[in-house]
Amino acid sequence: MSLVSSNQWAVETRTRASSMFFVIAAVAVLIAFAAPFFLSRSGIQDLFFILTMLVLAQCWNLLAGYAGLVSVGQQAFVGFGAYAMFATVILLGLDPLVGVLAGGLMGALLAIPTGFFAFRLQGAYFAIGTWVIAEVVRLSMAQWKALGGGTGTSLPTTATRDMVGVKLVQDIFGVRSAQAVDILCYWLALILAVASVVFIYRLLRSRQGLGLAAVRDNTVAARAVGVDALRIKAAVYIIVAFITGLVGALIYVQKARISPDAAFAVTDWTAYVIFIVVIGGIGAIEGPIVGVLVLYLLQTLLADYGSWYLLALGLIGIAVMLFAPRGLWGLFTERTGIQLFPVRRILTGGTNKTNGGTNV
Amino acid sequence: MTILALKNVSKSYGALKVTQDVSFTLEKGEALGVIGPNGAGKSTLFNLITGNVLVDAGQIEFDGRDVTRENPMARCLAGVGRTFQIPQPFDKLTVFENLVVAGAFGSSASESDVTGRCADILEQTGLGPRANDLAGGLSLLQRKRLELARALATQPKLLLLDEIAGGLTEGECVQLVDTVKSVHATGVSIVWIEHVLHALTSVVTRLLVLDFGKVIGIGEPDEIMNSKAVREIYLGIDV
Ligand SMILES: Nc1ncnc2c1ncn2[C@@H]1O[C@H](COP(=O)(O)OP(=O)(O)O)[C@@H](O)[C@H]1O
Ligand SMILES: [Mg+2]
Repeated sequence: MSLVSSNQWAVETRTRASSMFFVIAAVAVLIAFAAPFFLSRSGIQDLFFILTMLVLAQCWNLLAGYAGLVSVGQQAFVGFGAYAMFATVILLGLDPLVGVLAGGLMGALLAIPTGFFAFRLQGAYFAIGTWVIAEVVRLSMAQWKALGGGTGTSLPTTATRDMVGVKLVQDIFGVRSAQAVDILCYWLALILAVASVVFIYRLLRSRQGLGLAAVRDNTVAARAVGVDALRIKAAVYIIVAFITGLVGALIYVQKARISPDAAFAVTDWTAYVIFIVVIGGIGAIEGPIVGVLVLYLLQTLLADYGSWYLLALGLIGIAVMLFAPRGLWGLFTERTGIQLFPVRRILTGGTNKTNGGTNV
Repeated sequence: MTILALKNVSKSYGALKVTQDVSFTLEKGEALGVIGPNGAGKSTLFNLITGNVLVDAGQIEFDGRDVTRENPMARCLAGVGRTFQIPQPFDKLTVFENLVVAGAFGSSASESDVTGRCADILEQTGLGPRANDLAGGLSLLQRKRLELARALATQPKLLLLDEIAGGLTEGECVQLVDTVKSVHATGVSIVWIEHVLHALTSVVTRLLVLDFGKVIGIGEPDEIMNSKAVREIYLGIDV
């Protein structure tokens, strides 16, 4: 059918708050790049932790908050990516940075068979399925004798020392190779964090992102208007596996020592990540950013309290779920209407009958 | 030319035969009304045509192709647009975004290509003032309008309307009929399930009567409304 359109319509997603935020964010990223010039080694290590957890949390948020795929088995991709990196370095003798790429690719590759199983399961069964898969992958890696079997292994010191860029960083900062590796890993984590936030934001604002939102809201209706629900979810699952594999590999370049229990730890790579997303706010890009800062603060404050720390995390998590189901960011955005990463398509123009929406 | 053909289509839920050996054809550009008491299997008939429910037996052809085993997405892309009797909006998207999803995916176009069309459909269906509001906040009547608007956004060749006129005021009903007529005038074929008979008969040229999943009559509206079988099952219902 054709309707005669005499109106000039326009669609706007950016808001005043978001435009301002992008300027601030760009400055913050520049400062972050310069951080090794004025921060101590432990400061850089802390930032590395924050950034890598942020990427994992953004991934889990995309998976659970947007695609409705509540996985508790993302440690499968962290560990598999890390082991792929170790294999690339130890067995193939290649640069650890090549290993990081391999980690991402192997993560994506692993997602194909695991997705094939997990996508047959719904809701809670999907969650349990992903966890079982992660355990299976962990047990398989523990059989890999060349990489230390159940006890694990270390990266040869020569491998990290000769890593691309380490010499350069050593010369710039006048530091030893171990610290240069930290700085390099930090920069890579920063690039990865910025890239993944930008990527996810662009995805959500794209046509596919709109389809994803429709599937999340009502799968039957989405299919009825021509959205390929399964394809979009599968694509998200594989992309997330790729990024998670990259991060996993990068984390273990910095750690330089791997064991199946650590690399596939459900607490480190999934429980903390879920905590970050739930605390910060699920279904919003701002959520994980807030959440990772909260986790870091709690970790610093409660570091001396051992298992009380975990208990406190659990209680805080439950309290937030009860009293602020959209997390701290959700609470803030409800009060103020401010969105830093707006995805709403606001229709403007025409006969002036449409309002401008309530976004700031 | 035939746009839709059902051949001996049957569907049961357990012992309940909701669709029994239903056969009919719809010509391109035709508007067919479907009437029958509640529970007669009218909505199920739509679900069979769209692929939300698969047939137990029989065959469905759309636009010269056998679509009996195709999924709802494929049938939408082939040109089947529908409204749900119980509205199924994308709650956390705005009204406008609801249409953009349908426009972009249902007619395989880019978002910017469908913006103008979606905005025009909103105006045409009276949803213009709510364009940027969340669909989850709409009233039932507005949700029903959204169903129609979203189905139109997919640029269907065949439009299936499931009870969209109930609860409207006289003025709103006239407006709705005008909208459906203008869509029909562009060559879209229509099947319309409706209890509001005067709205229905001002658009359709044929009526199909369904009772207990069976077609008990199909023909000109006058002839159907005066037939004995229809009088019998319909006298109990608000005519
Ligand atoms: N998914 C289902 N499972 C079991 N029974 C169903 C299902 N869908 C519809 N029915 C039954 O099929 C009959 C026809 O339903 P429906 O097609 O919605 O009727 P109508 O639209 O004519 O009111 C009703 O008795 C209904 O309860
Ligand atoms: Mg019905």
